[in-house]
Amino acid sequence: MYAFTFHRPQTVRQAASLLAKNQEAKLLAGGHTLLPTMKLRLAGPPQLIDLSLIDGLAGIEQSGRSLTIGAMTRHNDVNTSPVVQQAIPVLAKLAGMIGDPAVRHMGTIGGSIANNDPNADYPAACLGLGVTIVTNKRRIKADEFFTGMFSTALEPAEIITKVSFPIPKKAAYQKFRNQASRFALVGVFVSKRGSDIRVAVTGAGSNGVFRVSSFEEALKKRFSPKSLEGMTIPADGMNSDIHGSAEYRAHLVGVLARRAVAEAIGKSAA
Amino acid sequence: MAANTAAVSLTVNGKPVTAEVDPRTLLVQLLREHLRLTGTHVGCDTSQCGACVVHVNGKATKSCTVLALQLGGANVLTIEGLAAPDGPLHPMQEAFRENHGLQCGYCTPGMIMTAVDMVRRKGNDLDEHTIREELEGNICRCTGYHNIVKAIAAGARAMRGTSAAKAAE
Repeated sequence: MYAFTFHRPQTVRQAASLLAKNQEAKLLAGGHTLLPTMKLRLAGPPQLIDLSLIDGLAGIEQSGRSLTIGAMTRHNDVNTSPVVQQAIPVLAKLAGMIGDPAVRHMGTIGGSIANNDPNADYPAACLGLGVTIVTNKRRIKADEFFTGMFSTALEPAEIITKVSFPIPKKAAYQKFRNQASRFALVGVFVSKRGSDIRVAVTGAGSNGVFRVSSFEEALKKRFSPKSLEGMTIPADGMNSDIHGSAEYRAHLVGVLARRAVAEAIGKSAA
Repeated sequence: MAANTAAVSLTVNGKPVTAEVDPRTLLVQLLREHLRLTGTHVGCDTSQCGACVVHVNGKATKSCTVLALQLGGANVLTIEGLAAPDGPLHPMQEAFRENHGLQCGYCTPGMIMTAVDMVRRKGNDLDEHTIREELEGNICRCTGYHNIVKAIAAGARAMRGTSAAKAAE
């Protein structure tokens, strides 16, 4: 690692002020992406700002038809929360699919979405549920938040404080794992909330998480795997590497979307 | 040591510890190099293999992927703190011995710390499927896992009603 100085602010305001003064500084949440990246010297922030002492950044709360999860809430806490399991069971399940038990004790939802790894699970849930990302400055819709691989709409000195999830009527997530890394080779999240139907894909796109409007239109007529029968997406813009070609990933998007819709309506996988 | 150092105070195996460290110091380096607690191993150094698992505030954590300075005020339990130095082994350690749950032993401290955390979260009756799923973050290159799985199931049963899991936490 390159040398850095370490800060532990007590409030979001102090953290934001440190960030404003030190443009190259990085926020440290769970650290399970940032620290490995720093070890490889792919990142060398001169300052690290640890968010773990700030009160009120972690926690889960349901209010009416909305579930709010604090940015520093660990994956394990989302996975095991009775509130999440009851309100959005697929979200609890998805959190339990990230990394391994020890990683889930440290990794946070805020860290995951701020990083926007193209293979991460949480961006698919956020885009697939149409969340609102709340920062110290404003509220950002998921559709505007994820702007490309490892990039987001966050401005300098902007800190995610929580994520607000509308509770869907039906939702499911299908993750097809890379057998070595266990990351999503392709993951498809589907949800239905009134007339709002969303299909979000992680792992496949070379520009990060994205929605599939053709699938969403087809599902608006009838929310059933049959509506997606024979449908696929173009291989253009899909990742292609030793783990799978662009065509393979494009094919998986269709397969997993049908399985996810089947799961969401409580039928066995198509 | 470089001019850029900072102090950190935490509890390790029930004892208060204060150290002056370079901010880059990982928890596993603090344990091994500053405190000479070399039971915690470094395997991959990329948070995949689990040889470095310790408990931080009671939860299994990969000590190669946490900075010492993140842990001011924290309570850390390592393999050395699982049983009293001159007392009997912790039931999970005893189960690994009894079931030949190791060969070279390099992954064993991390396996045992993960296993004790597994019992805390999943209870004393662990089926084979659960144990294998829960070992996703712990790699063994000798055993083929068979005896590790047996050892954890037996250790979990042996921990029933004991306060061993809570010692030093």
